[in-house]
Parts: sequence; structure tokens; C-alpha cells
Amino acid sequence: MTDIPLLSLAIWVPILGGLLVLATGSDRNAPLARMLALAVAVVGFVVTIPLYTGFDTTTSAMQFVELSSWVPRFNINYHLGVDGISVLFVILNAFITIMVVMAGWKVIEDRVAQYMAAFLIMSGLMNGIFSALDGVLFYVFFEASLIPLYLIIGVWGGPNRVYAAIKFFLYTLLGSLLMLIALLYLFMQSGGSFSILDWHQLPLQMEPQILIFLAFLIAFGVKVPMWPVHTWLPDAHVEAPTGGSVVLAAIALKLGAYGFLRFSLPIVPDASQELAWLIITLSLIAVVYIGFVALVQADMKKLVAYSSISHMGFVTLGFFIFNPMGVEGALVQMISHGFVSGAMFLCIGVLYDRVHSRQIADYGGVVHTMPKFAAFFMLFAMANSGLPATSGFVGEFMVILGAVQFNFWVGFCAAITLILGAAYSLWMYKRVVFGKVANKHVAELEDLNSREFAFLAILAFCVLAMGLYPYPFTEVMHASVNELLRHVAVSKL
Amino acid sequence: MNFVVPDFYPAAAEIFVAVMALVIMLASTFARSIARSLAYYTTQATLIAAAFITIYTMQGEPVYTFSNLFISDLMGSFLKLMIYFATAIALLYGRGYLADRKIDKPEYYLLALLMTLGMMVMVSANHMLPMYIGLEMMSLALYTMVAFDRDSARSTEAAMKYFVLGALASGLLLYGMSMVYGATGSLEFSAVAQSIYNQAANQTVLTFGLVFLVAGICFKLGVVPFHMWVPDVYQGAPTAVTLMISAAPKLAAFAMAVRLLIWALFDVAEEWQGMLMLVAVASIALGNLAAIAQQNIKRMLAYSGISHMGFMLLGLLAGVVDGDRHFALNAYSSAMFYAVAYVIMSLASFGMLILLSRAGFEAENIDDFKGLNRRSPWFALMMLFVMFSMAGVPFFIGFFAKLAVLQAVVAAGYFWLAVVAVLLSVAGAFYYLRVVKVMYFDAPVDESPIHAPAEVRVMLSANGIAIAALGLAPQMLMSLCAYALLGSL
Repeated sequence: MTDIPLLSLAIWVPILGGLLVLATGSDRNAPLARMLALAVAVVGFVVTIPLYTGFDTTTSAMQFVELSSWVPRFNINYHLGVDGISVLFVILNAFITIMVVMAGWKVIEDRVAQYMAAFLIMSGLMNGIFSALDGVLFYVFFEASLIPLYLIIGVWGGPNRVYAAIKFFLYTLLGSLLMLIALLYLFMQSGGSFSILDWHQLPLQMEPQILIFLAFLIAFGVKVPMWPVHTWLPDAHVEAPTGGSVVLAAIALKLGAYGFLRFSLPIVPDASQELAWLIITLSLIAVVYIGFVALVQADMKKLVAYSSISHMGFVTLGFFIFNPMGVEGALVQMISHGFVSGAMFLCIGVLYDRVHSRQIADYGGVVHTMPKFAAFFMLFAMANSGLPATSGFVGEFMVILGAVQFNFWVGFCAAITLILGAAYSLWMYKRVVFGKVANKHVAELEDLNSREFAFLAILAFCVLAMGLYPYPFTEVMHASVNELLRHVAVSKL
Repeated sequence: MNFVVPDFYPAAAEIFVAVMALVIMLASTFARSIARSLAYYTTQATLIAAAFITIYTMQGEPVYTFSNLFISDLMGSFLKLMIYFATAIALLYGRGYLADRKIDKPEYYLLALLMTLGMMVMVSANHMLPMYIGLEMMSLALYTMVAFDRDSARSTEAAMKYFVLGALASGLLLYGMSMVYGATGSLEFSAVAQSIYNQAANQTVLTFGLVFLVAGICFKLGVVPFHMWVPDVYQGAPTAVTLMISAAPKLAAFAMAVRLLIWALFDVAEEWQGMLMLVAVASIALGNLAAIAQQNIKRMLAYSGISHMGFMLLGLLAGVVDGDRHFALNAYSSAMFYAVAYVIMSLASFGMLILLSRAGFEAENIDDFKGLNRRSPWFALMMLFVMFSMAGVPFFIGFFAKLAVLQAVVAAGYFWLAVVAVLLSVAGAFYYLRVVKVMYFDAPVDESPIHAPAEVRVMLSANGIAIAALGLAPQMLMSLCAYALLGSL
């Protein structure tokens, strides 16, 4: 393997680049800040490509490992590495960052440098979360990533942004601080190691396992978000600027789900098995109940936000049925949701930039004025409802298959999402796009410009490619998922 | 009776500061025209020189002198260095502020030096009497400094309150010391410890004494239930003085707690641990919850300080579990690290208030931070660092301070304590977030550009960057704390 510290580059290029963008200062230099941000985002993406091309799919071991001492006093290491579970998220994250920078190109005119810098720093921190193999390092990135998102929502968000930003921050902080105590407990039990890989091997009694599991559940459950701690998400989404919503849906939600795979399942396997019913129940509630909630939303962003919660319910469901089909399906669903929800928010952003409304009722007949847009939006809405040949289908289908293997009725309930997803996505699409031209705002709409066309086309390509040929994605994760499940099956008691 | 000349060498720094204080007093009387800047620069030079003397006279092994009344050890030296540092920065920040209000009299710097001297004596005391003398010296200087703006009714009131309550606390402390003397027959820390160890001490009297000692320490740290003075004094004192009170004296109080509780009364640790536990939880709870309701940022920071000191006490009480001293060094050094981290953050937070104040305008409401990001993105970023650091969010030093203390608490097996502490920290995060909110999300009320002396801008920037840099690389400071304590336990 190469000697270049690729993961460090993936983390620090965006962060340092973000600081550089920040240094361009006032809005007089806005064009410079934009170009610089795009350049940094592209470089940040390019450095992650070798992670895929150089990835060894035959092993479940950590790859591209970097290990050096950070705080020897507490044996905290700067320990990075990716396996088949995390590598795709690093790449996805770097990729989405480019989309976000492009999406904010014209729309953001106020404090451009700070806006771009916040997203770049956020992107680097999230790469850190996905590649950290040290408990404290993970926690540090996990918490630090709250700061830029807090500012993004609060500074560039909608009218109720302050409430949403603070709610978002406090919810996630509460969860993660409890996790910190669990991490400290593991540190003590393992005789002074913060290495996640050491913790995977650490024997634990049932009672501490349950408590640790609950601490992780609160931390990651809030982040996913799982019902009933999901209420911060619709607020945050509605108030966030488009780029913020995209990052939130495409990447930030994955952090919680990723946490389950990296921490909960391997560190406390017995408690995970013991309490799987709890997660499955919560997931099914999210899938079905939140699906209905999505149906009645009048605000497009809220609708997609609830649909995200419902889709993430699918992900957690897939993890806790403990078969390869379910876990891989859930991982595919996470990647796919990254593309699809990102694209949905970008589409809504395109409309919002023109009409400054997200209410479904303010639209109608958009197809007459924006045919190109309508075509893209159609594809993404279909993908969101899980149409075959789109990426949305693959993951959902695999999870449903896995769930049926696990228990017929669980699979049955999960399959309801296919109906609900189609209902809320397509019904919204119909009301917004079809019909007569609703009002003069819609009549004056201009179709996509080349920049918007570019990022939607790229995402459309990804959605279709993943839907038609998911093998490159599943191939990468296969070895790691099997190893994970084998590990979970062995009791630690 | 033989008269033995004591060894002055270990106390060279104290003697030097005392002499310089007198020199400044005399010089500023005779050179009235340049007295102000003369006093300022001499004071700063004294602090720097004292730092060199302390480093030069530092020894690995503890050295006793003045018939064992005085000790020079690594912990003391380290804390003294921190005290010079905090005082020097506080003076630097405060100079322009005092000048704007025409209270930058030479006596101010004299008092600051006497305060420093008091703290140095406290930190180096090996006996309850010098401890008490140092404490009084520091406190009297502080009372006077609070009242320094003598035409301000609010400052005078604050000083009065501080003085009366402080005198009461000193009385409690002295009473506790007398009881400990009654129980053990000595005021010297090691002799007290020996007497308790031999079970020669009268337990009832000792416990009474202990309660009073803990009360006195708690007052000086400003923790519940002896916190009443903190918000009022912080608010009433001129900001430059609030800055003084909130920084170095906390370190001195920490040293007092270590010397009295850990050195002298280690064998009754179980009793004071229980008291500190209550005090710590109550402080974290009250500090964090009361801070939410504040509109005045000085009061808010005062309550935040109460909760931080509570957090630091968590580290102090996690040292001994069922007589097992295995965790002691880890726990006490994390508490010390917390105290040092708090001082650095506190300096920056009040420094920001001074930066925003100018002649005829006191920045003391949270709303005065409105739209700071538009007025000065750089200093808004620095304040953001401070606030997130205080809230315990990484990558800032405050996170590692919390991590260290929580780690000690978890290692000692007090899970519920850790859980309560973090839950209350979430409540605490709210008010820090609110400051960030007004800086970044709100439009400025006051559009005037920020003008502050260059040295304040530079120092404040360095202070903010230090908060981030020490968060990225906390190892140095952590090991220093552990190393300094290692020699003293």
C-alpha cells in the first residue's frame, strides 16, 4: 500500500483549505472564496479516490492505517483506518461536499467565505469521524462537527433558525456526552486503551453491556435520528440553507448509523442481540408511522426530512436483524440515501431559490416552465420511493429480504414503506410539477442553468449507476460485513 | 536560645516581589508625573523577573525553610508560574480599561503585586498560619481593588459585600484551623497528617474543624453554598478587576485545597469527599441553571465559574476510593489541569469584555455581543473558541479538561456523578451557545468599530489561539500538571 497518509489528507485538506477560505475575509472577495472553496472540495475528493482504487476487498482488516501518539497521558492515539464499512462514506462525503459548494454558489451572497469554510471544515471533520479508530478521536470529531453545522443553520437558515440550531446542538450534545462516559468506562475496563479495535475484543458482563448499549443508543439514536428522538431533524432541515440540508441528510445522519456498526454491535454484541427487539420496534415505528407523517406535510423540505427519518429507520432495522443481507442492504441504503436525499434537497433548493417558498401549495405545473428540472426531480422522487433500477430500490429490497428471513411480520411491516414512500414522494411530485400553472411565480420560472444542471446530472448518474449495477459498492463492504456478523455472533460474556 | 538564620533561598521569589511592591510604592510617590506607566511597567517586569527567579530556584525535591513554615516544591512553583502569568495578562488587558475610567492609579498595580504575593505565600505554605496570612493578604488586596472605582456605588457595594462575606469566611477558616490544632496539636500540615494517621487526634473536634476548613475553601473557590458573593462581586467590580478575581485566585484556592485537604487531612478523606461531592454537584447544577437566566454576561460568567469550580472539585474528590490511593495522582492532576484550563478560558472571556468596552461604555450585557461577527469576525471567532471551550466541546482545551476530570471520576467508580455532571453540562451548553448565537446570528446594535490597544488585540488573539492549540495538543500541559503534583504527593 502507499505511504501517503491518504486519510489524514482526506481530513485535513478540507479543514486547512476551509481555514484558507476563511482568510479571504469579507464579501468583497466572494468570487475568490467560491473558486478557492471549489478547488479545495475537488482536491479533497481527489485524495479520496485512491482509497477506493487501492482498497483491498478481500480482507476485513483496517486499511490505510495511520497510528501515532496524540495524548500519551491518557493513551489517546491519532489512529485512523478504514474498512469496507467506512471507506464508502469517506468518499461519499468528499463527493457531496463538491455538490454543496456548487449549490451555494449563487444563492449565498452574505458572508460567503464563512459559509464555504464552514462546509469544508465540516466535511473534513466528518471524514475524521468515519476513519477514527480511537474512541476519543472519534468523539472529538463527532462533537466538533456540531459547531460548523450549528453556525450553518443559525447564520444562513430560515426565519426560525435560532430555535432549530440550538435544538439541534443540544439534542446531539446530550447524546454524545453520555457516550463519552461509556467510552471512559471502556477505557477503564480495557486497562487504559481507547482503541476501538481493542474494545471489540474486550470481554464484558451483561449488565455493563446493557448500560453501554443504552448510552450508545442515545448518542447514535439522536443522530440517526430514531423515533422518538427525531424531532430536531425536521426543524433543522426546514431552517437550514440548502447546502446544510444536503450535508445533514446525506452525511450527518449516517454518522449515527455508522456508530451503531462501529461501536454498538461489535463492542457490546450480547446486549445488541438482547435489545435488538427494541431497535427493531423503534425502526418499524419510524418506517411506518413517520412514513404517514411525511404524507401529510405541506412543506417540501419537511416532507423529505420525514422521509429521511423513515429511510434511516430502514437502516437501523437492517443492522439489527443480524444477517448479511440486512446489514449490506442497510449500508447500500445509507449510500443511496446520501445521493437521493441530497438530490431531493438540491431540487427543492432550486425551486426555493426562484420562488422563495417551500410550500407544496405554492407550486403546480412546474413542468410547463421547467421541463429539464421536472425530469430530474421525477427521477429522484422515484428513487426516493424505491423504484427498481434506481439506487433506492437496491437497499430497500435487500433489507426487506433480510427482514423476511429474520421474521415474516417484520419484513411485512418494513415492506409497507414501498407503498408509503411512493405515496408521499409521488403525491408531492404530482402536486408540485403537474397540473395547471398555479400562479404567476410559477409562470415566471426559469429552467435549470448549467451549474444546476451539472450537479443534478452527476447525482442522477450516481443514482442510476448504483441502481443498475450495485456490485462495486457491495463488493467493497462484503468482507467487512461478514467479519462483523461473525464477531457479533460470538458472545463476550 | 539559638537564633538560626533561615534559608531565604527557596523564598527568593516571594522576597523579591515583596521588595518590588515597596519599591513601586515609594517610586510612585516621588515620581508622580510618570507614576502610572512606571508602576505598570515595573509591575510587569517584576512578574516576569519573579517567574525567572521561580524557575531558577525550583528544585525537584521539596525544600522547607523558616522552621517548616514554608515549602518550595514543584506544585507550588508551577502554580506560582501560572499565577504570574495570569496576573500579568490580567494587568495587560485591564490597563486601557482602567485608563479610560481614570482609575489607573499606581496603587492599583501595587495592590496587584501584593495580591500576587499573598497567593504565592498561600501556594507555598506548609503550615496553616502562613496559609492564612497569604489568604488574607490576597483577599484584602482584592477587596480594595473591587472598590477601586470609588465613585461607583455598585463597585463599593460589591466590595462591601465581598469584604463582609470574605471576613466571615476567613473567620470560619480560622476557627476550623484552631479546631484542627486542638485535635492534633499542630498546625503544620505533615504533623497534622501524622497525628491523624496515628489516630492520636480527637475525631469529633477534628471533624468539626474539617467542616469549617471545607467551608473556607469553598468560599474562596466560590462554590455552592458559599457562592453568593460571586455574581454580585463579578458584576459590581470594574471588569479589569473581575478579570483578576476570576483567574489567579482560583489557582491559589486550588493550592489551598490541596495543601489542607490532601496534605493535612488525607486520612479523613472519606469525610471531606462526601462534603465535596455535595458541593460539587450543587455547584454544577446551580451554576449552570442560574447562568441560563442571566442577561448580564459578567453574572453569566460568574455562574459559569461556579459550575467550573464544581467540576474541578469532582477531580479533587475522585482521588481516594476506599482507602486506595492508586488513582490519587491521576485525579488531582486532572483537577489541576482543569483549574489551569479554566484560568486560561476565563482570562480570554473577560478579556473580550474589556475589548468591547470603551470610555463611557461598559460591555456587560450579552446583547453587547450582538453581531460581533459583522463588526470583527476575528474576535467573534476568538469568543467562539472561548465559549465552545467552556462548554467542553472539542477541539478546545475545555474538552480535555472535562475529559480528564470525568475520566478520574469514572475511574473512581462514581458513575452517577459523571452522568449527573454531563447532563448538567448540557444545560450549561445552552448559555454558551446563546453567546455564540448573538454574535453570529443577530444583527449588530452597535456598529462602531472595535478599537483597543494593539497589545490587547495581540494578547487576546494569542489567548484565543492558545485555547484551540492546547485543545489540539494538550499533552504538554497535562504532563506538566502531573509532574508538578508527583513531587508533592
